[in-house]
Amino acid sequence: MAHEPYLLPPPGADWRNLEAYRQIGGYEAARRAVHEMAPEQVIEEVKESGLRGRGGAGFSTGQKWSFMPKPGGPKPSYIACNGDESEPGTFKDRQILERNPHLLIEGLAIAGHAIGARAAYVYIRGEYTTAFHTLSAAIQQARDAGFLGERPFGIERPFDVYAMRGAGAYICGEETGMIESAEGKKGQPRKRPPFPAVYGLWGCPTTVNNVETMAQVASILRRGASWFKTLGMPTSTGHTLFGVSGHVERPGVYELPLGTTLREIIYEHAGGVRDGRALKAIIPGGVSMPVLSAEQVDVRMDHESLKQAGTLLGTGGIVVMDETACMVRAATVIARFFRHESCGQCTQCREGTGWFHKLLKRLDTGQGTMDDLATIDRVGGYMEGQTICALSDAAAWAATGFLRRFRPEFEAHVREGRCPLPESFRP
Amino acid sequence: MSALEISPSVREAIAEEVKKYPEPRSALLMALHFIQAEIGHVPVGIQRQVAELLGIRPIEVREVVTFYPMYHEHPVGRANIRVCVNIACALAGAREVVEGIEARLGIRPGERTADGAYSIEEVQCLGSCGTAVCVQVNNDPYIENVRPERLDDLLQTIG
Ligand SMILES: Cc1cc2nc3c(=O)[nH]c(=O)nc-3n(C[C@H](O)[C@H](O)[C@H](O)COP(=O)(O)O)c2cc1C
Ligand code: SF4
Ligand code: FES
Repeated sequence: MAHEPYLLPPPGADWRNLEAYRQIGGYEAARRAVHEMAPEQVIEEVKESGLRGRGGAGFSTGQKWSFMPKPGGPKPSYIACNGDESEPGTFKDRQILERNPHLLIEGLAIAGHAIGARAAYVYIRGEYTTAFHTLSAAIQQARDAGFLGERPFGIERPFDVYAMRGAGAYICGEETGMIESAEGKKGQPRKRPPFPAVYGLWGCPTTVNNVETMAQVASILRRGASWFKTLGMPTSTGHTLFGVSGHVERPGVYELPLGTTLREIIYEHAGGVRDGRALKAIIPGGVSMPVLSAEQVDVRMDHESLKQAGTLLGTGGIVVMDETACMVRAATVIARFFRHESCGQCTQCREGTGWFHKLLKRLDTGQGTMDDLATIDRVGGYMEGQTICALSDAAAWAATGFLRRFRPEFEAHVREGRCPLPESFRP
Repeated sequence: MSALEISPSVREAIAEEVKKYPEPRSALLMALHFIQAEIGHVPVGIQRQVAELLGIRPIEVREVVTFYPMYHEHPVGRANIRVCVNIACALAGAREVVEGIEARLGIRPGERTADGAYSIEEVQCLGSCGTAVCVQVNNDPYIENVRPERLDDLLQTIG
């Protein structure tokens, strides 16, 4: 499939530099949107493109924007741009922040016009020091050039972009956890309704979008919704940034159309499984998404195909495991993560993530029983669809996903009283 | 150490940060980063001063300091070595990296060397899974592709 990348610069090009970015037509789409398009037209164009959020849930971006109140209401509106990127296996937004920050800023300027926002706050995870400084410098360049500030592109509606930092809590990537955190509080998610479009940052209407989503918006306005729809699949349009990590020869971020097969991504782009070993398991979209087994490697990486395969696209962060990897152990490491990151507000999540970790650790070390397997399934059932946010569901999908897909290996741990894979990685 | 004060330059940076938001409290996370970059941790006495600067109660600062893994209420090593042990890094040998650092420094995660130079922390995914194992010292740019057999080089660059 022929496809020219548009999210990340080609080797040798430095688009962090405003002049270089302008030479490829940068900020022209924002200028045109602001001067020549009514806000509704921009929203229509984004709807028309079929763009779905790249933060994990895959919600229609144009539709999300249309939930925002019309400009001129009693409260200002805001954009909260999600650069928390803490879903294990995911490392794509960092590429945009560090290598193409102006594409994000341009997307935010366009979104700001579409929903009549006063400002956009880009919440960057605290550890992303380089990304934070790169984006901050780019914001200053855009301000100096008159694209942000009191009169962006010469119009009488102020709009600015600010970068802020988190401090190491995964839950601050959840949209309302992020809003709380941006207000200077613990990142504990809010009950909904009210949704952020009604009551977001500082109680004002807010739209939350992922960093890559906003970069896509700038690209769509530059080249048109009809161009965007020629890429990818009918209901999963455009390119996306697939992060590939784990047991492959060439881990990295690959910009490819949605709907590319997992086989192509792993074997053609990422160079295949390391040292010519056999493929065993693949997490398709960050560790929250149920694991796939090697036989499923021909699945297309788009929302519908992955749903049919019993999992979800999530963030497109692909973790590859070869034949040496113990699946009980992989599940244990992931359960340890969720236990650590549960914010503790909901009993099912606080207790359930602890149970998963305890049971899996026991199984991994050969101390588990067949009853423990049943308990994992049962606990998972209590955790789905019951809580304030989806971290609980994610923890359940991950744990029960491994168990369902690799049950014989779990049972072997119980029967043999030890891990049957001596060469496995360690937890 | 009880007489620690927020330095004038950090006060100024916090005042600048406050201007970005409709409510001063929103500058809290950044303020704590500025302070920690200067003194290495955020003791209770300093928390009180931050609360005063932002017009909130000290407990509101403390609950943030204790909620977020990146903030330290008590001193850590001058080089706090944070090793990702999540799945992609685990697959690439994160456990061997942690053990190698433990052996060289004679401390475990959560501890500090007697001279106060180093501490070790196990952390969750740093968003650098394609270049596992990922290590971050304090809040510096990442050290990527760390291999258990090259730890002497690593400690040399940190030291
Ligand atoms: C526990 C949890 C963590 C999340 N972390 C992130 C994250 O780091 N980055 C992100 O963009 N979205 C994250 N999300 C999804 C956000 O809640 C939200 O759906 C997304 O930012 C919306 O942007 P989009 O529509 O552009 O995808 C997370 C969700 C949950 C439940
Ligand atoms: S589901 Fe878990 S992480 Fe989400 S709000 Fe409840 S306790 Fe917190
Ligand atoms: S798993 Fe270590 S950086 Fe993502």
